[in-house]
Amino acid sequence: MDLSAINPVLLVASLMVAATPILLAAIGELVVEKAGVLNLGVEGMMIVGAIAGFATAVETGSPLFGFLISAFAGAALSLLFVIMTQVALANQVASGLALTLFGLGLSALMGQSYVGIKPPQLGQIHLPVLSDLPVVGQILFSHDIILYFGIALTAAVWAVLKYTRVGLILRAVGENHDAAHALGYKVVRIRILAILFGGACAGLGGAYISLIRVPQWTEGMTAGVGWIALALVVFASWKPWRALLGAYLFGGVTVVQLNLQAAGVAIPVEYLAMSPYLITILVLVMLSADKSSAPAALGRIFHASR
Amino acid sequence: MSHPPLLTLSGLTKAYPGVVANDQVSLTIGEGEVHALLGENGAGKSTLVKMIYGLVKPDSGTMTLRGTPYEPGEPREARADGIAMVFQHFSLFDALNVAENIALGMENPPPMRDLAARIREVSEAYGLPLDPFRTVGDLSAGERQRVEIIRCLLQDPKLLIMDEPTSVLTPQEVEILFQTLRKLKSEGTSILYISHKLEEIRALCDHATILRLGKNVGECVPAETSARDMAELMVGTTLQTPERHARDVGEVILDISGLSVASPSEFGTALKNLHLTVRRGEILGIGGVAGNGQDELLSVLSGEITTAADAVKFDGKAIGQMGPNARRALGVLAAPEERLGHAAAPDMSLTENALLTGAAREGLAQNGFLKWGAAKEFAETIIKAFDVRTPGPANAARSLSGGNLQKFVIGREVLQRPEVLVVNQPTWGVDAAAAAAIRQALLDLAAGGAAVICISQDLDELMEISDNFAALNEGRLSAPRPAVDLTVDEIGLMMGGSHGMEVAH
Repeated sequence: MDLSAINPVLLVASLMVAATPILLAAIGELVVEKAGVLNLGVEGMMIVGAIAGFATAVETGSPLFGFLISAFAGAALSLLFVIMTQVALANQVASGLALTLFGLGLSALMGQSYVGIKPPQLGQIHLPVLSDLPVVGQILFSHDIILYFGIALTAAVWAVLKYTRVGLILRAVGENHDAAHALGYKVVRIRILAILFGGACAGLGGAYISLIRVPQWTEGMTAGVGWIALALVVFASWKPWRALLGAYLFGGVTVVQLNLQAAGVAIPVEYLAMSPYLITILVLVMLSADKSSAPAALGRIFHASR
Repeated sequence: MSHPPLLTLSGLTKAYPGVVANDQVSLTIGEGEVHALLGENGAGKSTLVKMIYGLVKPDSGTMTLRGTPYEPGEPREARADGIAMVFQHFSLFDALNVAENIALGMENPPPMRDLAARIREVSEAYGLPLDPFRTVGDLSAGERQRVEIIRCLLQDPKLLIMDEPTSVLTPQEVEILFQTLRKLKSEGTSILYISHKLEEIRALCDHATILRLGKNVGECVPAETSARDMAELMVGTTLQTPERHARDVGEVILDISGLSVASPSEFGTALKNLHLTVRRGEILGIGGVAGNGQDELLSVLSGEITTAADAVKFDGKAIGQMGPNARRALGVLAAPEERLGHAAAPDMSLTENALLTGAAREGLAQNGFLKWGAAKEFAETIIKAFDVRTPGPANAARSLSGGNLQKFVIGREVLQRPEVLVVNQPTWGVDAAAAAAIRQALLDLAAGGAAVICISQDLDELMEISDNFAALNEGRLSAPRPAVDLTVDEIGLMMGGSHGMEVAH
């Protein structure tokens, strides 16, 4: 066992990278659920985003363009969910599960010719002075732009939900769609926009795995991250900053346990591998003891004539 | 009237598949007038106000607001034209605070801090004090209604539409609401007031329009018309007032002493040191504002909440530990308030619903197998005896209108020959004729020697049928008093006074 091989600076830097896909997907789903819609298709939208972004980046040589397309791909897949749940008024749980299965299959088909290819790299930002700071510079100021986008998105979603009228209307629709309709708000339109936003975020999160975190394409490579993001939203009590905390915790424990495995710690690998899930859920369950804020209309179908 | 009318509706028609909700309805509301809209359930009152508020588009007919054509495409246009509405089922968001709720109902709300200050100012000016930062889910029914009213008042409405505003208030709270409405009227605001409480309309309204089956069937000046005449206009036939037969009150059949129970739900009310006895042939009326322990009391009596065996005694036997089916077998039956989901399973047929509570006493199941024929017969008996309007027992409970389903649910219990029947809100949302039929059934049941406990928020109903009256207030039950010599003020005090609704000083 050689714990000295673990470099704390690299460890912290890589935990931020590991957390970003979960954070992006969770923030998107948080907005969707705040609007009263439960979309269990996060995993499917992520993996379609992963292959769409990967393929675009490989073909065009531009990772940023790949990210853009991944967001569109995730949103396009969520459009299917929109048609099922908002137009055809199908059950949201069943539709979401179907979306995940469909996304996994579709991505495998799309990705057949991309296995084993290396994608173009997205450069790290370099800020004069800041990035050159000894430890802090490497941890905080030497990442790719999408990672910062994830944090900025968290802040933006928090501020919009808390301080703006749009956020208030979104929360109102998720809380009591009949009352919102009676006041003249377009419940279905608001929900569709929220679902598309959630799809775009999940797509971005998926592309972050295939373009930066891994970076390569393998079938089923999201490996349950979408489900973790879904659980995170609930355990974070639908609060953006808690979702960030949960994502970083999960990313952190994942990276630490990988490092411990590499260092040959005398704990069976299986226990190490399950530790991120266990620890994240434990911490968030403790945090969510107040159990207050599930949107009251979550998962309920809205029918204007009633 | 010297002014031109505020709002004129002429020939408004709206049809839904299979039913004409409004057929050539016309009415005129003057400036500063309190106009009542009367009618039974399904008479088309809701559709009419939804058209005025822009939620529904009329098929034909015109509306004129202060001489100009008025065609609201959506509620925000109606609000912009000075029309505001207080909904029957409060359109509030429980998880949001008062100020956020009010901001949602406004077109261009000011920043939160200014809005909070305005809410305080307006609410105190109208005697309806409110804290803008409290969460709506924690407010009482009276306070929630205040939120809705303040939301409307902040927009300086010309016409305020109120849909059954007093159904959840104590008499004292009603008086405060009426003071507010009279103040509004004196400032020139018109009010369209929908209610089926005729005495209230007589006290408050200048003019009334009566709808029946979607048609305008008459107008009157309520102060000059008797409540009975208005009721008969609504129903279209002479009204049967329930008859009380002289009856003997027998020995005590149900006895609860010193019962305290925590509520199973997070927002419920615990019952505290409850004493209650009912005799054979007696109707005990239990009043009180919703949410003061009514649901818990019903659960304790029906067996949904079990208690120590001795806490509830039926005919001397301890039954506190028994569940609903064991109590049903003994003859203690209950009909809860919530029709869809508690009293009846919405997506199951009437036959199945009849079977669900009737299996034990009507012998509809044998050795674990269902006797469909007998169940269907039982359902048909209920439908016939209680005049339930439905094509047949195979229809789903959800497809019945509220009043019809209520008749079915009450009839199902009454026809099982109960020894003790507990009902919660037996005529809630039921039209006058059906309500009279249900009350008559309860009176007949008591005349036959059963004990009836009627929990209700309709005081007129309780005064009409009960022998003794008690009130629930924050989980405590007042000592029962004979209903005959109670005054409204005394009842209000038994119900806990005005629940903090005192006029601001």
